[in-house]
Amino acid sequence: MPLDQIFSIALRGLWINKVRSFLTMLGVIIGVGSVVLLTSIGTGLQAYVTDQFAALGSNTVYVVPGNPFGEGGGFGNQEQAILQQLTPTLQQEQMEKILRDNRDIIKYGMAAGPGLAGMRYQDTTKNVTLYGVTSSYQDVQNHKAEFGQWFTDTDENRGRRVVVLGSSVAEEFFGSVDAIGKEIRLDAQRYTVLGVLEEKGGGFGGPSFDNYVYIPLKTLQDNFGVEVVSDLTFTARDQESIPLVIERIEEELLKDLDEDEFSVFDQSQLLETINSILGVLTLGLGGIAAISLVVGGIGIMNIMLVSVTERTREIGLRKALGATPNVILMQFLIEAALLSVIGGGIGLLIAYSGSLLIQPYFPARVTMDAVLLAFGVSTVVGLVFGAAPARRAAKLSPIEALRYE
Amino acid sequence: MLLKLTNVTKRYAIGETIINALGGVSLSIDAGDFVSVMGPSGSGKSTLLQVASLLATPTDGTIELKGKDIGKYNEIERAKLRNQEIGFVFQQFNLLPKTSALENVALPLVYAGVGSDERKRRATEMLERVGLGDRLSNGPAQLSGGQQQRVAIARALINNPSLIFADEPTGNLDSKSGADIKQLLIDLNKEGKTIIMVTHENDDAAIAKRLVTFKDGLLIKDEPMPASYKKYLT
Repeated sequence: MPLDQIFSIALRGLWINKVRSFLTMLGVIIGVGSVVLLTSIGTGLQAYVTDQFAALGSNTVYVVPGNPFGEGGGFGNQEQAILQQLTPTLQQEQMEKILRDNRDIIKYGMAAGPGLAGMRYQDTTKNVTLYGVTSSYQDVQNHKAEFGQWFTDTDENRGRRVVVLGSSVAEEFFGSVDAIGKEIRLDAQRYTVLGVLEEKGGGFGGPSFDNYVYIPLKTLQDNFGVEVVSDLTFTARDQESIPLVIERIEEELLKDLDEDEFSVFDQSQLLETINSILGVLTLGLGGIAAISLVVGGIGIMNIMLVSVTERTREIGLRKALGATPNVILMQFLIEAALLSVIGGGIGLLIAYSGSLLIQPYFPARVTMDAVLLAFGVSTVVGLVFGAAPARRAAKLSPIEALRYE
Repeated sequence: MLLKLTNVTKRYAIGETIINALGGVSLSIDAGDFVSVMGPSGSGKSTLLQVASLLATPTDGTIELKGKDIGKYNEIERAKLRNQEIGFVFQQFNLLPKTSALENVALPLVYAGVGSDERKRRATEMLERVGLGDRLSNGPAQLSGGQQQRVAIARALINNPSLIFADEPTGNLDSKSGADIKQLLIDLNKEGKTIIMVTHENDDAAIAKRLVTFKDGLLIKDEPMPASYKKYLT
């Protein structure tokens, strides 16, 4: 008997009990919907991070104290890492020397260190994060001043008390008032605002570049007792020379430091690590959602078993009229698979519209992989959980079945 | 000879007890025959019907249909043979719920692998034949008992089977509808259809040409319809 005939019998069987069929599908709808939606959030996050890194420029090489990518994977020994962050290891001078000696392959270099201060302007007082940087920051991070200007090398070398404000900080303290040239206080010291930076955005949850108060590194070190340089960042002239840049930096730093006191890495390593973390996150989210898919499958099995019992006479009649056990088996298998696949399709639609709905707030992305996986898994769920009820139907004796009340 | 049963036995085991439902029955049915099978409950008449209609296999003995020994056919072969050679009319009608008369009648053709256009054409023809040409799209719930049994008879006829088995075909009908169904069976037999009918009503049995009586799993009497049954005909 041709499969398409059995298909239409199965489809009719579902159509006759529309409401029940839909309710049975709900489990799979929710299961597939949540798997697809949650993985879309995971993969969207990954894509977003990758984009952000690309925007930072792929020619960037970072130097940080300690060994965040230490052996044993992940971020290595936490306590050791914290200790190393508190001990001054990297110096601005090292950055300047490396830059001086390698002008041919390195375009820019910057050093940065963090600090905290209470900032006050007129009646507004708030704790802010100080980001002590060299003025090359604007080139390395491509973060220009929207109003006013960045501090100059001279401001920097003399340790002048000047600041550049991130756009959010400026908004918070000055609102619509022009901040340029105004005097603010950082821990009771007077500072002059030179510029306000263009809006950069920033990672969700994480610190945003717009929330920082940028201050010359030397000023930070002189006036706030900060000794630690948290990172040196270099921009290679081109991507090909990155390995050489890393080599030169290591060479130079090894003169002053031990091998495990600092780490040099480029964007791709960082991206790889972050992506692997987000990959696990995506898998975890999908895995949790997959449990609901299994529950949905069990729902299908329950209803199919009830359905087979309820339709015992029908099965007996079909057999009497010439349906072989295999045809009956196929009919019920296909019914279960259809329930699951149609449910999967609806779930996918819901997840897709859901991802479109949250896209303004969150970078969700439904991939073809997720779509295929959802359909594949829902078919398998239908076949696996439909097998037992279908076998029961196929094995019914026509005499017993016809006698069934 | 259309159907020939020789020394057919059927034993069931219900738990420890063995039930001899049929204890060596021999019966021959010619094409065009119309046989009533009677007997008290538990006499083996229903078992005979199941075995002869290929719904069940005999424990022993041979069954020949059109000269072929089919007693040892497996389930798949029997299903195909039922589809081609046997028509069923049940006391409970056994129509598919929420399914139109047309589709109910066409069901055996689905399993015979007949295409949908031809199914529709033949089922329409058959429903017209049993007087339901205006009820093609009605479901069982919209049909009276008599009409439902007509649909069932149309379904039994659709694949042009050699044999029609009827199990108490009027048992669920009022006397008026029952009379209509009986007339339909008489007409079908006149057209050459071979019918075997199990019944325990004398006035049902009377419409057949031949009367077979069962008792305790044995065929105790096989005779042309006795003249004494004439009085049951209306």
